[in-house]
Amino acid sequence: MQLPILESINLMAVLPVLIIAGWACVLLVFDLLIPRSRKHWTAWLALVGLLGAAVALFFQIGHFARLGSEAAFDGMVTVDGFSIFLQVVFVLTAIVGVLLALDYLPRHGIERGEYYVLLLFTTIGMMIMSMAADLIVVFVALELLSIPLYILSGFAGMRETSEEAALKYFLLGAFASSFLVYGIALTYGGTGTTRLTGIAQAVTSDALNLPLTTVGMGLLLVGLGFKVAAVPFHMWTPDVYQGAPTPVTAFMSVGAKAGGFAALIRVLVTAFPAIASEWGTLIAVIAGLTMLLGNIVAISQSNIKRMLAYSSIAHAGYILLAVAAAQRSENASFAIGAVVFYLLAYALTNLGAFTVAIAVERDDGTGTEIDDFAGLGKTRPWMALAMALFMLSLTGMPISGGLVGKVFVFQAALQAVPGDPLLLAVVIIGVLTSVVSAFYYLKVIMVMYMREGEGKAVLPLALKTVLAATAFGTLVLGIIPGPVFQMAQRAMLK
Amino acid sequence: MGEWTFIALLFIISLILPAVPIIAGRLLGPRKPNPLKNSTYECGVETVGDTWVQFKVQYYIFALVFLIFDIEVVFLYPWAVAYHQLPLFGVVAGIVFIVTLAEALIYAWRKGALEWV
Repeated sequence: MQLPILESINLMAVLPVLIIAGWACVLLVFDLLIPRSRKHWTAWLALVGLLGAAVALFFQIGHFARLGSEAAFDGMVTVDGFSIFLQVVFVLTAIVGVLLALDYLPRHGIERGEYYVLLLFTTIGMMIMSMAADLIVVFVALELLSIPLYILSGFAGMRETSEEAALKYFLLGAFASSFLVYGIALTYGGTGTTRLTGIAQAVTSDALNLPLTTVGMGLLLVGLGFKVAAVPFHMWTPDVYQGAPTPVTAFMSVGAKAGGFAALIRVLVTAFPAIASEWGTLIAVIAGLTMLLGNIVAISQSNIKRMLAYSSIAHAGYILLAVAAAQRSENASFAIGAVVFYLLAYALTNLGAFTVAIAVERDDGTGTEIDDFAGLGKTRPWMALAMALFMLSLTGMPISGGLVGKVFVFQAALQAVPGDPLLLAVVIIGVLTSVVSAFYYLKVIMVMYMREGEGKAVLPLALKTVLAATAFGTLVLGIIPGPVFQMAQRAMLK
Repeated sequence: MGEWTFIALLFIISLILPAVPIIAGRLLGPRKPNPLKNSTYECGVETVGDTWVQFKVQYYIFALVFLIFDIEVVFLYPWAVAYHQLPLFGVVAGIVFIVTLAEALIYAWRKGALEWV
């Protein structure tokens, strides 16, 4: 038996993951020595680890722009531009996740060092998810992503809503994982391998086992569709997003979704190009349903977290539309670029919107109604302006990253229409539902500016920093999207 | 189409298996309801009070910690058996694994999980 040697492990390629993983393990023990009243030390130390990973990523960007892709752990993971780009998104999201919690946790009396450690662990899961080249790695990464999130959503344990969120997320998440594992098993049964490239070869050369593999692929879609909150696997989203502590909601609405899409694209594009028209149609239908349900149900929401939950379902629909467009191989690089760009724009905008929600939320977990935003336009003009920008960006209005993201997604889908006419219908649904979404996003702006109210908000320095950074990022993506989109498109996996 | 038949068959059989006993019970069993029979089935004595009470589950943390080391043993056996043909990396990987679990034990210990309250 040939045992793996050090060169094939290629630790340098996964250095950012190793930094965070090692740091998280050290931090877990170190946190035990930190007294209860000094838990913000853990937060700052977690930030140091994330910044270390960010530096490592920075050096890798240049390296992988030249080399293309590199395998590590004997081909179990592939590090390429796609994964580097997403890893940057994950590390940034994690940094924001720490900053958002810095004041929130002590204010709500739920400060524990484990928050930051769990945050680091789930970030590792997301990062590995973006580089998975083997179905087993997809599963391990998915669990590493999910389990800390289950705990984090129950972090405000004394609130019944938080407990409910954790339990629902855990039960439904475990259920979805079982679908994924069954899908992996069937795919393995049909192709004899769990390696994504091996599956691609087996699917093209061996038509005999194709039905089994196709069913396996479908079950994989169920498992990953749950993570990205696509209809009909979205049931958990509103309750979990509303019940979980708001920084956790902000983090998982971006991170878990991007992680799910990373794996979805890797699996579909790398492993199943031969049956692209099958999954393309499937994803297009799911995308249409997701956009319809998310946008329409969001209209009647009065709670900002619940509204953003339905909005996140709706945005999963738009991203799925671009994923469906990746079915045509000549179109795939543009479509995947659109997905990655949209994820980045959505990450910035959504983190910003949740930051405002955190600032408005009161210490006992109330103050999350949209009506609580009344009067903010007068008392907190800058914050209200930023929130208005985020809402416009989520709608897809000009000079915001959201608009550019949507344009790229629709363009990618239209390019793929010759291969799959169904996409045209879904694009029309997308455009129409974007118009519908203006109603509930603009309602927040209207409440902030037009309605009298106390307009109370707590905005410490950490939140201000996040707010400024996300607003700036949203604007930059909206005004000069070119460089980032080129990077996103080049990030395309080989 | 041949392969699809098997999947369809599997699907149908998996539906029939649980459905048959349920339906057969309905059809064949005599039906003599009384209030006692109609009440919700529960083991043991009748429930007193609300079901949403908190109670101490002292064993579950011990069970969790035990499980960690149970799994450690399972993984370490093949490692130990193949020890003389492992390259240095294999040895290091094994040590990293043990250290990670030891860390978990330290964490549980310091958090007071091993104390019997």
